Amino acid sequence: MSRLKLPQWFVLLLPAIIILSAVVLIPLLLSLYSSFTPYRLTRPETLYKWIGTFNYEKAITNANFWAAFGRTVLLLTIALNVEMLLGLGLALLVNRVTWGQRGLRTLMMFPMMFSPVLVGFQFKFIFNDNVGLVNNALQSLGFSDVAIPWLVDANLAMFSIIFAEVWTSTSVFAILILAGLFAIPRDPLEAAKVDGCTPWQTFRHITLPYLMPFIYIALAIRSLDVARAYDIVQIMTNGGPARRTELIWTMIGRTGYVDAKMGYANAMGYISIFLAIFFTIYFFKKLNAARTELGMGG
Amino acid sequence: MDINLRHRIRARLLKAAQMVTLFIAMSIICIPGLWVVLNSFRPTVEIMAKPPVWIPNELNLDHYRAMFGGVGQGGVPVLQYFTNSLIISITSTLIAILVGMAGGYAFARYRFKGKGAIFIGLMLTRAVPGVALSLPLFIVMARTGLIDTHIGLIIVYVAMNVPFTIWLIDGFFRQVPRELAEAAEIDGCTRWQAFWKVEFPVARAGVASAGIFAFLTSWNEYALASQLTRSTFSKTMPVGLRDFTSEFTINWGGMCALAVLMIIPALILTFLVQKHLIAGLTFGGVKG
Repeated sequence: MSRLKLPQWFVLLLPAIIILSAVVLIPLLLSLYSSFTPYRLTRPETLYKWIGTFNYEKAITNANFWAAFGRTVLLLTIALNVEMLLGLGLALLVNRVTWGQRGLRTLMMFPMMFSPVLVGFQFKFIFNDNVGLVNNALQSLGFSDVAIPWLVDANLAMFSIIFAEVWTSTSVFAILILAGLFAIPRDPLEAAKVDGCTPWQTFRHITLPYLMPFIYIALAIRSLDVARAYDIVQIMTNGGPARRTELIWTMIGRTGYVDAKMGYANAMGYISIFLAIFFTIYFFKKLNAARTELGMGG
Repeated sequence: MDINLRHRIRARLLKAAQMVTLFIAMSIICIPGLWVVLNSFRPTVEIMAKPPVWIPNELNLDHYRAMFGGVGQGGVPVLQYFTNSLIISITSTLIAILVGMAGGYAFARYRFKGKGAIFIGLMLTRAVPGVALSLPLFIVMARTGLIDTHIGLIIVYVAMNVPFTIWLIDGFFRQVPRELAEAAEIDGCTRWQAFWKVEFPVARAGVASAGIFAFLTSWNEYALASQLTRSTFSKTMPVGLRDFTSEFTINWGGMCALAVLMIIPALILTFLVQKHLIAGLTFGGVKG
């Protein structure tokens, strides 16, 4: 009997495939199954009752769910765009500095080292209406004599969360875009100068197209863990007050662990997973397109 | 006014505006962190003072002392959390590196059908939101008795880090010319020897930075750890931060002290690898 010979690449990938199936794939299949049951943590026997798509219908007809879903998409869209623009701006500024650039680059990476929970607590502290840095500063400088309820008012709380999110992730964009700026060949830039392009034209038609792959790498990396924002939101407001900053993730957490309705929470979890996968595939596609445009594909 | 002078003034103004913008941006990046560090040294009375005290009257190590003072005096078992974090992060990083090296090498050196699809598939496992994944993992781990253990969290973190280490390591091996290994094989090395003696040393710095990235991810992870750990025996530091909050009050000073303790290792490690990290992410991505 001849031994079955697996191709080498498969053997090399096998450990990764095994561990990912054990930790991600199988639990996800379980959660897919349990999303069709009325499973409650407190009553294990409910796992074996099949109720079809009831949980999904319940989620889809729940106005709170759609509000949270919309808020999540809104948060992601605003945060990713602002991060990208600020990161681009920051990278361009730092690129122009001739003295002390290394130091600046190191400072720029500062927020990347902060754990998202820590960012949550840090900004909960800074935006605290009583002892927070922001209110203290505003009051001391005489801009306002009342305590602004940063984390209580719906719009202000959303703003604070987006601020915290942007604070942590802008540096990821800035660092990667800066790496892109270093990699731009000099010749086309000089040719543009000789041909009399304005700085804006040079930027728009030469610099930006070269930077696009780098911007998409940053977006692809970010899209892999957009749900990290959960940590920040859970600490800062936990979806409150009164669901005003509820995101799809905090809603899942609360339904699953506090209300112990695992089946229902898993159904919502699946909807959030598809949201994440959509973002990821979208940016990886863009990344590939940008690569081929530069002739780096393959 | 002649045109040269006007141009020179405009250039100066532009330069000044750039510096001011950069200064403001850098302040926004640095101040929140520095604020946390500052408050870890201030007595609680001063933190809570109204009107605020801007110039600290007194800086001391009280919060650090309370933190390491053990349970009972409002202390949080910080040392225990620190060791838990360290054990879990280091073990999971080592395993993730080994698994990632095998996988990354496969992607960098072999051609096979469905390579792109498998790559995206592996990446997608990373995109699953932690909360959504924590629900079924909680059920599975509760059944297998892995909840509230180091091993449970280690396995989860390995899986979390593998996709990204594969991405990074793939990028680094791609930069090692294929001819190097081929030459070694012609000289009589086996493929295994060629890998360890030729290709690995060249890509070593890259592998190390992938490791540090994995370490930081485990070190900072919260969404899964907060559900899969229950007691002081397995709680990691990000989860431990919550010990400083009670129903209505938060011990800000103590929390800031723990935060500083969390940031220091991360800070050192990030500085060590920043160069390689950027190179790895961009090459892996651009020359895909």
